[in-house]
Amino acid sequence: MIVTVGGMILQRNLVAVVILGSVYSFLAATVLVVLDAVDVAMTEAAVGAGLSTVLILAALNLIKSHQSRSTRSVILPLVITLIVGCVIAWGTIGLPRFGDPETPMQQHVSPYYLANALRETKVPNVVTAVLASYRGYDTLGETTVIFTAGIGVLMLLSRRRRIKPLNNESE
Amino acid sequence: MKQNPIIRIIVKLLVPFIVLFALYVQLHGDLGPGGGFQAGVIMAGVVVIYSLIFGSTAAEKLISFSIIRSLIPIGVLIYVGVGLFSLIKGNNYLDYSALHAEAAVGQHMGIFVVELAVFVTVFATMTAIFYAFVERQRQNEEDPE
Amino acid sequence: MTGSQILLQLNYWLIIIVMMMGFYVVLTHENMIKKLIGLGVFQTSVYFLYIVPGKVIGGTAPIIASGYQVYSNPLPHVLILTAIVVGVATLALGLALVIRINEAYGTIEEDDLYGRGEWHQ
Repeated sequence: MIVTVGGMILQRNLVAVVILGSVYSFLAATVLVVLDAVDVAMTEAAVGAGLSTVLILAALNLIKSHQSRSTRSVILPLVITLIVGCVIAWGTIGLPRFGDPETPMQQHVSPYYLANALRETKVPNVVTAVLASYRGYDTLGETTVIFTAGIGVLMLLSRRRRIKPLNNESE
Repeated sequence: MKQNPIIRIIVKLLVPFIVLFALYVQLHGDLGPGGGFQAGVIMAGVVVIYSLIFGSTAAEKLISFSIIRSLIPIGVLIYVGVGLFSLIKGNNYLDYSALHAEAAVGQHMGIFVVELAVFVTVFATMTAIFYAFVERQRQNEEDPE
Repeated sequence: MTGSQILLQLNYWLIIIVMMMGFYVVLTHENMIKKLIGLGVFQTSVYFLYIVPGKVIGGTAPIIASGYQVYSNPLPHVLILTAIVVGVATLALGLALVIRINEAYGTIEEDDLYGRGEWHQ
């Protein structure tokens, strides 16, 4: 997966970058299945590998698809990236070991959900039960966000294109 | 791509299976992985692939743009409506136990309706966004150059 | 926690490397579409950051079935499910903005945009 991302950084042809991104999403979905996150894997595969790629390609169809040569220096961003990476790595000291069932993360709310979801909602898929019933407000907010994004895109893209592009936008 | 007969035949054969798969994922969200989001995206993928192969005019004859545009808020309305229904019956907002005499069955029904609402909104939004991009391309080509 | 124990958390190292690569793309590349893609890579690595600690060794997917006792934690799955869909919504809005910028100014490279006087209003 790191090789895929490295290829994505170095490529200049944007279509190739997008296809590599789709490959990356598929690999991520496979890893997610290994990590027992089957719902997330299905969503990541459908959204990341399918829909994201299609949308970016459709957008690239409207603008040029090649990236011109960069003229900025890369030293400062590299240094910033390395420093931030090291700080985050230092933060992972406190994170639990892989697969440990005794960590605080597994203690408080999750055992309650796992023990009671079937009895209280008759739905065996705990993720769906939590998403739609125990945390229903969050899903309502998420649906509203999708709705807002759709409205936003429709508002931005449904007018006719101006013929002279160099005037200041006055609509 | 419109001229290649192999792709056209295969896509025509595949489309009903993909629709079936999307409905399967939606309705089996309780028993296995799945649910509204995945199913909505897969269904939107059906419209996308049909539009890619057969052109956007053919896709618009399949499902028209104005229907999709009016479907977007309906999902949100269903979701909010379920919550208000619980409120009217005297329970908390979005407390599904008010939907049926037995609390667990009420929860199950509530989850089903909510997943349906999510499916409708996700499908309509993703399809509408794709249509908007394609429409822009068509407008660019039709403008007097 | 000594230095060798930091190195043992290999799974987190891989996540951080991918996260920093995405961050680097957002910082340096001026092409706006590539920035959006870099942001997407960054988001994916954050999803892993949430899901990896949730796995229980010997557990299975959090779907209650007879015969399985130990399950992985379902709570991060719920959060990340929401995050993925919100991420694609943001991507779509960002792409729409890029299309409009391209039509208004003719380019999507940030250096060219800074060069023109109209960008700093």
